[in-house]
Amino acid sequence: MLRQATPQSWTSGYAVEARNLVKDFAEKRAVDGVSLEVPAGSIFGLLGPNGAGKTTTLRMLLGIIEPSSGERCVLGRTRPIEAAHQIGYLPEERGLYPSMNAREGIAFMGALRGMHLSAARKKADQLLEENDLGDWARKPIRNLSKGMAQTVQLLGTLVHDPRLIILDEPFSGLDPFNQGKLERVIRGRAADGVTVIFSTHVIAHAERLCEQIAIIAAGKVAFNGQVDEARAKLRPIVRLRTRETDGAWRSCIPADATKEGGEWIFELPQSGPEPLLKALIDGGAGIETLAIERPGLHEAFVAIAGDAAAKAMDTPEEMTP
Amino acid sequence: MRELLRAAFVIARRDFTATVLSRTFLLFLLGPLFPFLMVGVFGAATAPMSATESLPVGVVATSAEFQKIEQARDQLQDTFGPLGVVKLKRIDPAGSSQGKSARQKGQPGYVAVLEGGLANPQLYGSVSAQSGIAKQLRLMIGQARQTAGSAQPVHLPVMLTNPSPTAPNAGGQEFTARAGQSLLFLLTILLAGMLLSQLIEEKSNKVIEVLAAAVPVDAIFLGKLLAMLAASLAGIAVWATAGAAALEIFAPNGLGALPPPAVGWPLFVLFGVIYFAMSYLLLGSIFLGIGAHASSAREVQTLSMPVTMAQVVIFAIASIAIGNPNGKGALGAMFFPLSSPYVMIARAGELPDLWIHGLAVVWQLLWVALFLRIASGIFRKNVLKSGPTRATRRKSARV
Repeated sequence: MLRQATPQSWTSGYAVEARNLVKDFAEKRAVDGVSLEVPAGSIFGLLGPNGAGKTTTLRMLLGIIEPSSGERCVLGRTRPIEAAHQIGYLPEERGLYPSMNAREGIAFMGALRGMHLSAARKKADQLLEENDLGDWARKPIRNLSKGMAQTVQLLGTLVHDPRLIILDEPFSGLDPFNQGKLERVIRGRAADGVTVIFSTHVIAHAERLCEQIAIIAAGKVAFNGQVDEARAKLRPIVRLRTRETDGAWRSCIPADATKEGGEWIFELPQSGPEPLLKALIDGGAGIETLAIERPGLHEAFVAIAGDAAAKAMDTPEEMTP
Repeated sequence: MRELLRAAFVIARRDFTATVLSRTFLLFLLGPLFPFLMVGVFGAATAPMSATESLPVGVVATSAEFQKIEQARDQLQDTFGPLGVVKLKRIDPAGSSQGKSARQKGQPGYVAVLEGGLANPQLYGSVSAQSGIAKQLRLMIGQARQTAGSAQPVHLPVMLTNPSPTAPNAGGQEFTARAGQSLLFLLTILLAGMLLSQLIEEKSNKVIEVLAAAVPVDAIFLGKLLAMLAASLAGIAVWATAGAAALEIFAPNGLGALPPPAVGWPLFVLFGVIYFAMSYLLLGSIFLGIGAHASSAREVQTLSMPVTMAQVVIFAIASIAIGNPNGKGALGAMFFPLSSPYVMIARAGELPDLWIHGLAVVWQLLWVALFLRIASGIFRKNVLKSGPTRATRRKSARV
């Protein structure tokens, strides 16, 4: 049941809100009660392995498909298609008309989002020039390299200066140079106050770019919050190397600590680093090296989504030479 | 609604431009060679030949005069054989009310009525001056006059009468109605099929998701329908112009030889365009639903075959209505949305009433809207269920 957005039911500070979104397909439940809150002007990452339900969730947020149950509010609209002129969307499966030239392809996407065609053409020329594709503006898209075609589609996503940008696996298939370029685009738009949501199964991208993330596994949100909060789910890791192998100091080493290559590895006790340090010094451990490491998003992901999901995330896309 | 139309226009503009400016459109323009051939075959196969030829021309004449004309007819028959020569039946001028009634009521039982004897012949009926019937009668009258010792050239004015709904003109207008109906059917079948390949191409391009995220699905479908309709009309305009030019060059009286439809040529052509649009939109919206359901060209062929076959049956049913446009069968076919345009164009050929065409267009538009909603519903249910397949992932990973 969808409602029209009202101040009472939806929070104005969020660009996107979703409550208990469920999507059933004939054979399975693809999304199972996803709730999200994406603050306006933030970069929000949707993390999860392939098949976790990220694309289906994004499609429901965009109104491409209707949820089986649950509700969502996008830019103040409970029918997202009504906000389409303010949204830019880059689907995972890139789609362009091969016979159209780059300029017309971008302008067409702008016109779809409410721009006047002549204004969209002007903007397309400008964007192509800025991205060193000016010479390719009037070439058919079928003649462009894959990287160029992806850039053209991205420009088509941005041509109408949307307030909300949704990118489904935007880094998929991009070389490192273009990945870096895309990261700069995302940061640049966010700096202008635009909300960016992107899905990825590569944790490194989310770690570098996102302020907030949602981790989706098996169609459910396993975590929704700031990246730091996700990391805070785990205790910092202590790596300790001592000159002495035994002594009174050993009492401060937790029982589940492991020893790898002469190095003690254990979670920082709840009491914090100071009592640990004191016990080691007073106990005469002879500290050689001591490092307290903040857990990465990957470790947090493993802890939150489980090992199986993490392994699925780690499985690289099958690259062919 | 405004946004829906705006979005549909954006999509239609792109599709129309892409279609008309493509090289394949030139090939498409050569398409009529095939349907025109089919029109001939279909028209010949479905036309109830006996209906036209079994009805005689009523001749209001004295027994002596009729005998002379009948003799001339027999000579003609000796030369050309019995099948092609019109039959004659005498109407006694003494019972003038019979002749008058025959004229006024649209000659029930007669294809036309000849009055005025040999001296001042006039032909009443829904046949053109250039029709075979009129030409044959001129020959007969000329021959009969020679027999009577007069070499006066034959002038045979034809007085067009409205056909009777109960006994419609079984002559020229029926032919016109049938030709219009056949042409409409073949153009619709030929052109609506193009929509299928369009949608399949769109799905294989993956553009469909970009479109569906930006505009309502109804707008996508409406835009595609309108674009292909506009492209089809552009094609038809080219064909019509080329056809008219060819007629002008090779057969200056070619169009004039066609029996005039009941509503007159300008309206008949206008109705032809309108009912083509309607039948195209109706069948096209069904094909779009099929295209939304299918994921490959092979699937499209499998799914569209029953629809095409059903359409042939519908056409056959609609063609039965010719000759009896107010019969129960005709009225039923008029209400059934898919056959309605065919029946109505035939009706325009046979009956002069206009108001019913307004109703029919509204009725057909309602069905177009309904079919479009259903098609877009199917589309929503059947596409974009999940992310790309593993094969697609592998493909996209290749840099």
